[in-house]
Amino acid sequence: MRLLGYFNYWIVVALMMIGFYTMISRGNLVKKLVGLSVFQTSVMILYISLGKIFGGTAPILLEGEEHVVYTNPIPSVLILTAIVVGVATLAVGLALVVRIHEAYGTIEEDEIHVQDDVM
Amino acid sequence: MRENLPVLQVVVPLLAAPLAFLVRRPRLSWLVALGAAFWAFFAALSLLTGVLASGAIGYEIGGWEPPWGIEYRIDELSAWVLVIVSGIAAVVLPFARASVEREIERDRIPLFYTALILCMTGLLGIAATGDVFNVFVFLEISSLSAYGLIAMGQNRRALTSSYQYLIMGSVGATFIVIGIGLMYSMTGTLNMADLAERLPAVAASRTIPVAFAFLAVGVSLKLALFPLHLWLPNAYTYAPSAVTAFIASTATKVAVYMLLRFFFTVFGAAFSFEVMHLDRILMPLALVAIVAMSLVAINQENGKRLLAYSSVAQIGYMVLGISLASVLGVAAGVLHLFNHALMKGSLFMAMGCVMYRVGSCRVEAMAGLGKTMPFTMAAFVVGGLSLIGVPLTVGFISKWYLVQAALEKGMWGIAAVVLLGSLLALAYVWKVVEVAYFRPPPDGPGVREAPLSLLIPTWVLVAANLWFGIDAKTTAGVALRAARMLLGAGS
Amino acid sequence: MAAVAIALPALGAFVVLALGKWPNAREAATLTTGVALFALVVSMIHPVEDGTGQGWTLLEVLPGVTLGLEVEPLGLVFALVASLLWPVTSLYAIGYMRGHHEENQTRFYFFFAIAISAAMGVAFSANLFTLFAFYEILTLCTFPLVTHHGTEEARKAGRVYLGILLTTSVGFQLLAIIWTWQIAGTVDFRPGGILAGTASKGVLSALLVLFVFGVGKAAVMPFHRWLPAAMVAPTPVSALLHAVAVVKAGVFTILKVAVYVFGLDLLGTLSSTPWLAWAAAATIILGSLVAFTKDNLKARLAYSTISQLSYIVLGALLANEAGIIGGGMHIAMHAFGKITLFFGAGAVLVAAHETDISRMHGLGRTMPITFGAFFVGALSIIGVPPAGGAWSKWFLGLGTLEAGQLGLLATLMVSSLLSLVYLLEVPVRAFFGRPPEDAHHPEGIHEAPLPSLIAIVFTALATLTLFVHPGLLHDLMTMVVSR
Repeated sequence: MRLLGYFNYWIVVALMMIGFYTMISRGNLVKKLVGLSVFQTSVMILYISLGKIFGGTAPILLEGEEHVVYTNPIPSVLILTAIVVGVATLAVGLALVVRIHEAYGTIEEDEIHVQDDVM
Repeated sequence: MRENLPVLQVVVPLLAAPLAFLVRRPRLSWLVALGAAFWAFFAALSLLTGVLASGAIGYEIGGWEPPWGIEYRIDELSAWVLVIVSGIAAVVLPFARASVEREIERDRIPLFYTALILCMTGLLGIAATGDVFNVFVFLEISSLSAYGLIAMGQNRRALTSSYQYLIMGSVGATFIVIGIGLMYSMTGTLNMADLAERLPAVAASRTIPVAFAFLAVGVSLKLALFPLHLWLPNAYTYAPSAVTAFIASTATKVAVYMLLRFFFTVFGAAFSFEVMHLDRILMPLALVAIVAMSLVAINQENGKRLLAYSSVAQIGYMVLGISLASVLGVAAGVLHLFNHALMKGSLFMAMGCVMYRVGSCRVEAMAGLGKTMPFTMAAFVVGGLSLIGVPLTVGFISKWYLVQAALEKGMWGIAAVVLLGSLLALAYVWKVVEVAYFRPPPDGPGVREAPLSLLIPTWVLVAANLWFGIDAKTTAGVALRAARMLLGAGS
Repeated sequence: MAAVAIALPALGAFVVLALGKWPNAREAATLTTGVALFALVVSMIHPVEDGTGQGWTLLEVLPGVTLGLEVEPLGLVFALVASLLWPVTSLYAIGYMRGHHEENQTRFYFFFAIAISAAMGVAFSANLFTLFAFYEILTLCTFPLVTHHGTEEARKAGRVYLGILLTTSVGFQLLAIIWTWQIAGTVDFRPGGILAGTASKGVLSALLVLFVFGVGKAAVMPFHRWLPAAMVAPTPVSALLHAVAVVKAGVFTILKVAVYVFGLDLLGTLSSTPWLAWAAAATIILGSLVAFTKDNLKARLAYSTISQLSYIVLGALLANEAGIIGGGMHIAMHAFGKITLFFGAGAVLVAAHETDISRMHGLGRTMPITFGAFFVGALSIIGVPPAGGAWSKWFLGLGTLEAGQLGLLATLMVSSLLSLVYLLEVPVRAFFGRPPEDAHHPEGIHEAPLPSLIAIVFTALATLTLFVHPGLLHDLMTMVVSR
């Protein structure tokens, strides 16, 4: 049961591995980016998990309530930044894939290699 | 203004970037970029003199006290890296105007300068900040703009190279974020100085070594430490000439800076090297990088690619010095940071001149350039001699300290490998020199010498190669102070 | 003054470059600079003899590591020889380069002058760092001279030349210099040496090995291949640089390291000293033996040079006063003798277009002055009166006796006998042999162009003069060992 108590971390690890594996094993450039995104998302969950406290509420100070448990807001704030970065990365990556498709007529890695070697 | 310099150093270029895009005219946006680079260089120089005179400078963003607010902290090492990055930018930008007009479509030029300035901003930010999460943010700013810059290369392979760099770079950056998050989970702080204070108390946990490992791999990826260098040769080869000159002499240097920051300032040299034994991984990899990558460089048929592999080998020298974990060794690494920026900058700019006139950087295409482009090739020869480590060039100074550091620890074998690397450098530099000077130029329309707007910046860096090779007291002095500071030996 | 001696030829080089379009003015510039340089070096003799030699620090490269110059007797010997022979060789080169219709003559004279400048730097350097810097400059600026013809053969030879010289200097010599800095805390040349008592004998022995093999220019086997390779260069280059300036910079470095870094007392107690002395002895014999097998005159002279250089290395490693005096004097004696021989070889090439000894039979009758001078030069190399080489061999012999090394003395004698045969074969066959059937030797007297001839006669006479007046050299070298 102790292991299950860490279920959020298990999800993080699972997502991380899935993302990483997709990135390595797929030859399709878009699928690689999907893998990268999953990989980055897992880190976001990691951060949120770090800050979450069971029963904790949003960190808003209220008059008269002295002993309220708050969730740590900083990881959430940090991850907002990371999400923005992740979106930007994905955008640049997809833009590159579009350009690659224009230049090579394919987005399969092996076909691109073949074309480059012929040159 | 002086007390605000640490943040102005970064903010002014950051604001210049959209401006460079908004002015829309290529020449104007070039001027904006040039102004930003010169401003950054000026700010970095005054920060360096300030730090050398009166110790580290701190700046609290928005007036929030650290460790709650984000702190910018400039010490000897960060000021040093700021000078390198902005100095190279200030030399590359004058070079870029003509080179970029030749290599990039006119309507994209404002975008190009925007990305270049953003890239510089990111690199400057990494060096200036004292907050680990901020390091990640700036890292991504510089990386994302670098992907864009590389993709602007003429050859379509620039696109695939950029894509490959994006994937590997993002993985590296994500690893760094994981490491930062794990550190935060144990200490509850992101400020470097604060982290350094709190980490020893929790160092025995399992989380901190894991954080250490994630950071080590992530930084090594950004550093292009062998065998994580696969993105680098393609990216350097197919990027526009000015971009290669800029990125080759700054991006990996800033990654070395991150390595020093994380493992000396944050974790502390004692933890990194005596508990985690980082040197047992870094040293063999650095040695393999020096020998293997130099050998690979010898077999390259493209001048830029040859220099790219040489860069991976030279990164080996820096990491080797750092892995010795002694004042002399780290100083050698920090010194080589600067010296290698000078030599690779001048070499890649010479390649840029060749690209401008010949339209190719293949070694074959350089036949006869010794006669037709004498000043360009002379710059290449001097830069190459510096790479080899001939006395009175900066390369010699690096070797001097590195060999001394190895001998000080009684590691003869390492001293020998360092010198062997010099000889391999001779082999790949001379490969180009022989083609340029001994092969007759091909028939057809003659090639003219590169225009002055390219030659002058190139020769400024070449002159710096010689100047700091003849009078190395300043550079060596700063490097030694930075090394003592990092190792906590007082200055 | 020493700085001027380095700057003068460098300045001359740029004048040469500027005057490239007017060959006569260009050559006049070379000659004028050469004579002025020699006069300058001569003017340094008196201060040195009076013991008022000076040191200058040009600038501090790193804390404690300086670019420093100093005029001391040993350096003066080298500088005197190189600066006197430069204008003489230039005179010779005028005849040779024009007579042989060489291309790129401006570049030739330019790098020649730079090489002399670097040689002066080596001669007057006050510490190992400065010496190393000029040593490397000398290597690099002679590269375009070696590959002057730009052919495939020249390119290959250039690779060997640069490869060996840089490998040894960066791989061994630089390591030795940094090591010296590490254990002694200084790289200055000081009378009595700087290494005594700084580290164990084992470490210092290893250091000595690194120095002797690291100075590739001294051509101790097995690092000698670059010297025969360098023979593809035009003959004046072989004559001045690869018989005088470059190779002498090598043995000069070894002498300097022996006297001013190790010190003779320390040197004599190291375990590697006798081994290295035998390595030098082996080079002496092997060099002579290989010289025998060479029919190409310049190749034969190159191997003879390899052999003779090791005489000087041997002199340094004998670790006694006579050895050092003999070695130092041999720098000068061998220089004058060997340059005469190379001048002869070049003259034959220009006047009769022959390079092989077997095709020079009978040529003595058409070129009597050249072969007469060749005979004198050969006598000096062999070491018999009335040529200067007799003195240096005399002192080297004394040194071996003093060291109690009869085996080494025997080596010297055997080598002299060998050189007697392989060198005198050339003039003897030229004067008394029959021309080969298919040879087209010119009728009557047909010597090399006049400037070249003057140079040959000058060096031959100088060789004879040195036998009669070896006093200055001997005095200077005595000062070296008694400082």
